[in-house]
Amino acid sequence: MKGDLMTTPDLGDLTCKEVVELVTDYLEGALPVEMRQRFDQHLTGCDPCIVYLDQMRQTIATLGRLPEESVPQNVLDTLLEHFRRWPRERG
Amino acid sequence: MLSPRTPPAVTAGSELPPLAVPITSPRPDEDAELVDGLKCRDEAAFVTLLERYQGQLLRLALVYCRTKDIAEEIVQDTWLAVIQGIDRFEGRATFKTWLFQILVNRARTRAVKEGRSLSFSSITDEAEMPGEPAVPPERFRAADDPWPNHWALPPHSWGESSDARLLAAETMDLVNRAIAQLPPAQQQVITLRDIEGWTSEVVCNVLEISETNQRVLLHRARSRVRAALEAHFDER
Ligand SMILES: [Zn+2]
Repeated sequence: MKGDLMTTPDLGDLTCKEVVELVTDYLEGALPVEMRQRFDQHLTGCDPCIVYLDQMRQTIATLGRLPEESVPQNVLDTLLEHFRRWPRERG
Repeated sequence: MLSPRTPPAVTAGSELPPLAVPITSPRPDEDAELVDGLKCRDEAAFVTLLERYQGQLLRLALVYCRTKDIAEEIVQDTWLAVIQGIDRFEGRATFKTWLFQILVNRARTRAVKEGRSLSFSSITDEAEMPGEPAVPPERFRAADDPWPNHWALPPHSWGESSDARLLAAETMDLVNRAIAQLPPAQQQVITLRDIEGWTSEVVCNVLEISETNQRVLLHRARSRVRAALEAHFDER
């Protein structure tokens, strides 16, 4: 498998094009140990891929901070009405 | 919690027999007390659960049906099903998983009725179809370049002030729009994983997809949102 990929002395054998497709598996901890080492080795010599990885992390952090909607009062009222009736409905 | 960090280190001692459950798995149900309250008809417990999950339920329902009215109806039906079914809830899954399964089933039924169906198998189909690359191929060097498939047009750091820019309302709108343009299965996975911060385990259970397919969909979705943010930041 390894022999199929081109080798460059500084970046290990992964290309940037491959790295960007492995980013999620990397962040999810889903890369096999050996692949993870190759990924890490690429990063030690490739600033643009470090920037790319950072941007993915920032993207994820941003998604986690999208504002949450609160429960509208009329929805709450309707559901509470059902809730209060519920014990009696249970015959 | 989001923040996918490095996975827990595998401890030595691989000679031990494999555990029946993943090490991280048996976490207590964070809603257990509220569920007990609900079973005792405690209104405060019901309101707390409502406030905790209403926004999340609505967001997920909206993935199935684009109109807010229908999504709100589905969420309301879900809560009614919870009221009616809580006595039979045995806690084999967490309350949260159970709750979202109810929602997903209802939303699917409704989506089928509205002619906008997204069956379990179609989520898997979407994951198994070849997707777009995370980054357009023209941003990499050609095959005959001395550095083939390395960056030709590298990404630029979003800079020191990126945090404030990322939090700006304008950016949040952009992210919401980018998500709305994703294919449905990608929308569902990124909504649950990154917006709601669910674990991959729970997402796979609720959507009934494999870990691998979940990661494929998550990868495509995150890559598209990143690209949208990059385009936004680069144009200024
Ligand atoms: Zn690189």
